[in-house]
Amino acid sequence: MTTTPETNSHIPLKVLDHTELFKDEVYTKQFETKREFENGADDAEVNRVLEWTRTWEYREKNFAREALTVNPAKACQPLGAVLAAIGFEGTLPIVHGSQGCVAYFRSHFARHFKEPVPAASTSMTEDAAVFGGINNLVESFANSTALYKPKHIAVSTTCMAEVIGEDLFAYIRTARDQEAITQEFPVSYAHTPSFVGSHLNGYDVMIKGILDMVTAGPDAKAPQTGGKPQLNIFPGFETYLGNLREYRRILELMGVAPLILGDHSDALDSPANGEYDLYPGGTKLADAATAKFSKASVVLQESTMRRTAELVRDTWKQETAVLETPIGIRGTDQFLTEIARLTGLPVPAELTVERGRLVDALADSHAYLHGKRVAIAGDPDLVVALTRFVLECGMVPVHLVSTNADSGFKARMEKVLSASKFGDAATVWPEKDLWHLRSLVFTEPVDLLIGSTYLKYISREANVPLLRVGFPIFDRHHLHRQATIGYTGGLSLLTQMVNTFLDELDRNCLPHSFDAVR
Amino acid sequence: MTTTPTPPRAETEAMIAEVLSHYPAKAAKFRAKHLKANDPEGSKECEVKSNIKSRPGVMTIRGCAYAGSKGVVWGPVKDLVTISHGPVGCGQYSWATRRNYARGPWGVTNFAAMQVTTDFQEKDIVFGGDPKLAQVCDEINELFPLAKGISVQSECPIGLIGDDIEATSRAASKKLGKPVIPVRCEGFRGVSQSLGHHIANDAVRDHVLGTGGENHVSTPYDVALIGDYNIGGDVWASRRILEDMGLRIIAQWSGDGTINEMASTHLSKLNLIHCYRSMNYICTTMEERYGTPWMEFNFFGPSKIVKSMRAIAEKFDETIQAKTEAAIARYQKQFDEIIKAFRPRLEGKRVMLAVGGLRPRHTIGAYEDLGMEVIGTGYEFAHKDDYTRTYGMLKEGTVLYDDPTAFELEEFAKFLKPDLMGAGVKEKYVFHKMGIPFRQMHSWDYSGPYHGVDGFAIFARDMDIAINSPTWDLMETPWSKSGEVS
Repeated sequence: MTTTPETNSHIPLKVLDHTELFKDEVYTKQFETKREFENGADDAEVNRVLEWTRTWEYREKNFAREALTVNPAKACQPLGAVLAAIGFEGTLPIVHGSQGCVAYFRSHFARHFKEPVPAASTSMTEDAAVFGGINNLVESFANSTALYKPKHIAVSTTCMAEVIGEDLFAYIRTARDQEAITQEFPVSYAHTPSFVGSHLNGYDVMIKGILDMVTAGPDAKAPQTGGKPQLNIFPGFETYLGNLREYRRILELMGVAPLILGDHSDALDSPANGEYDLYPGGTKLADAATAKFSKASVVLQESTMRRTAELVRDTWKQETAVLETPIGIRGTDQFLTEIARLTGLPVPAELTVERGRLVDALADSHAYLHGKRVAIAGDPDLVVALTRFVLECGMVPVHLVSTNADSGFKARMEKVLSASKFGDAATVWPEKDLWHLRSLVFTEPVDLLIGSTYLKYISREANVPLLRVGFPIFDRHHLHRQATIGYTGGLSLLTQMVNTFLDELDRNCLPHSFDAVR
Repeated sequence: MTTTPTPPRAETEAMIAEVLSHYPAKAAKFRAKHLKANDPEGSKECEVKSNIKSRPGVMTIRGCAYAGSKGVVWGPVKDLVTISHGPVGCGQYSWATRRNYARGPWGVTNFAAMQVTTDFQEKDIVFGGDPKLAQVCDEINELFPLAKGISVQSECPIGLIGDDIEATSRAASKKLGKPVIPVRCEGFRGVSQSLGHHIANDAVRDHVLGTGGENHVSTPYDVALIGDYNIGGDVWASRRILEDMGLRIIAQWSGDGTINEMASTHLSKLNLIHCYRSMNYICTTMEERYGTPWMEFNFFGPSKIVKSMRAIAEKFDETIQAKTEAAIARYQKQFDEIIKAFRPRLEGKRVMLAVGGLRPRHTIGAYEDLGMEVIGTGYEFAHKDDYTRTYGMLKEGTVLYDDPTAFELEEFAKFLKPDLMGAGVKEKYVFHKMGIPFRQMHSWDYSGPYHGVDGFAIFARDMDIAINSPTWDLMETPWSKSGEVS
């Protein structure tokens, strides 16, 4: 009864799945009869509580909680370490601890990137919790190198390993002594406790671990760039593959030799051609080894990259520019100006034309953006950069939430907000979660939500459109392939943003206002 | 359409030996016990070893006990607030990704798609997390007054730092007047999700079972539907069949389920279990405690559905049997229509599977109803009794792989060249690169339901979508065909 024959032979039967099937009367009756056994509150009570959760009174109660976290917008350290590792050639991430964690990291990234993510676990169990996981680590090296033939292993830790105090440095030496790997085989490591910080910190310390390893090796010498100045580019926990490619394109246009640390754009965007390649691309270890001798370093996620920035600035004594992520016009202006200053190279005409195109596009669209109230949630560096972008579009940021904000976040936000007259209505909410955001949106409504897939529940319930920017994005395809940085990335974001508003306008307007031209 | 016959045992054994030759000696010895050429008789030499530790570094597809308890058993119970107790990650990665559909307003009476966590910080590890847990229970009660209870799902650190979540939960339960259920499902326990299922079942036994049903008026046709997690609406499609048979389903475990249903399941006359692996424990408990009989059934595909319906009806009177036969007669028309439409497009197609603890065997009949053949199958976290149930369903020589590694799945697929691979999201994109059609068989690849009569139509459609997509013909470039340019 749920199927109707179709004539087209390639679609032999129209089949209703979960999106339509359960509208059938048989099912609506089933749902009613099931309620007898559920013993839930009656409809009036459920509606009363539902409405109450949308009030100011509830908001105050919600913001008064001290211990409970509901729908946070952050993940844990070793997830970040896995992303850092796969930005380097032939690198297998191994996470020391319980094996379920690695299953989660691989699934989480696979859902976002729609790509395979190789990573192995040392599969520690109860006995390892008592006696330590040294044998697990040693055997993991022997097995993974035999099967998956990496050029480099990057080890991080789960909270289990951290709670019992595993010593990676000593264990890796033992693995060499027991000949699970050779004395020379490159292994880098980072301790990444899940109960400190977030995925961003794990990314940071794994990058630092890899740099510590490669710059101590024989390849650590000045780069051969044919006279071009080499700059280290630290993109941070970058989930837009197009951004890594855009950084490279912009810098090469300027005549810079960019050394992106690390570059997972090919590792997470390999072609479907009939063969599976475990390690497609990534920054070459020999290139990474030259990082110490680059002209300068550019850090593009300040909150994320603190430890790495310290290494470069304080230990390597290298000139280090820590910039806001270059989203939007002024963000990109600042980025290019800084590159020009560091290298003495001029900004080429091509990029000036790209800038003009983005300004032109904004001029075309500004009327539909002006004064629109917006809520943004995500990783701190992204929230800062997006806030600056919406401000230059004449929009009004209202709720700015970052669950994993660090201590510097609020000051950076205030600087960005106070630089624009559109910033007055904003409140910055460090360390708040998406259940807080729900209260904010119901009590002080907005016109647009910007953030990850997990804002979709609020979007539907509060009937506010969601522009998916950030991580994770599980429910839309290919957004991670685009660029959001630079003038071209800004154009891409602007296009999605203005069309989101125009779609809303068409969906909600009275019939006479359903204009053919917008 | 030509079909390659399943390789005989010797050929499969040679393939296994080739794959094992890439392992270091110690790991090869362990893995050899898990990789076998099938003997339908279940002979000793073909017995697959299972439910033992994965080797480190091999890239197992397995998860952990927390995933088995929070992700499978407890998470779907919709009117409980489920706390992921410990650091933020575990709850984050398992947040609404398993597609356990549940009805009711989000965050008011339905918490299935919420990520609630104690978000442990360093101080909680150092000084213990019990005070935070107690406060979190209070705050949940304030913010979610219609929640019927709380379950505390332990992450790894809980068992390592010596927290007493039992005492804390007991105190919170008393204070709040609601069940607060501690579950010791730390991820390092056991070897896979499987122990988590068991621990979760035991927690239901100790804290929930038999505590409800005060106003329940029994009928002779009361049954409970156990081990269905309502992925993409599975349980609703299954329930529809049972209702058509004249049965009254007093409890669903645990997809779209409630604490009240679980608490009153002891009043069931017969427990019907779909996912044997994850919930056989509670069925055995109810049999021992209340004398409730239980039986396994299979609602994947026409052959198994009809067989299961008749077997269930056997346990009841003629009224039920007559209704069952009438329902089967109605369904037959639908089955015929679906098979007529899709079988010609799928006939002879060869399938490899690697799923959890049930589907590697339970879906075989559905594929066969469409003229397809399962040429390799294996479980992530099965036990011996799952393999015993599997041998007889497959031809001689079919490769069986327990807890397969990424390497093994890829190598077997290269050797066997299946027309379809069914596994999980971690595996999916590997096979896309290889040009092998793929369906996620945990989440139904965001489709479903696959259970029941309505589900079979969707199952058939989805296998057709995967296998007959024009995408796969685009892998090869026109210039590489000539062999000149790569």
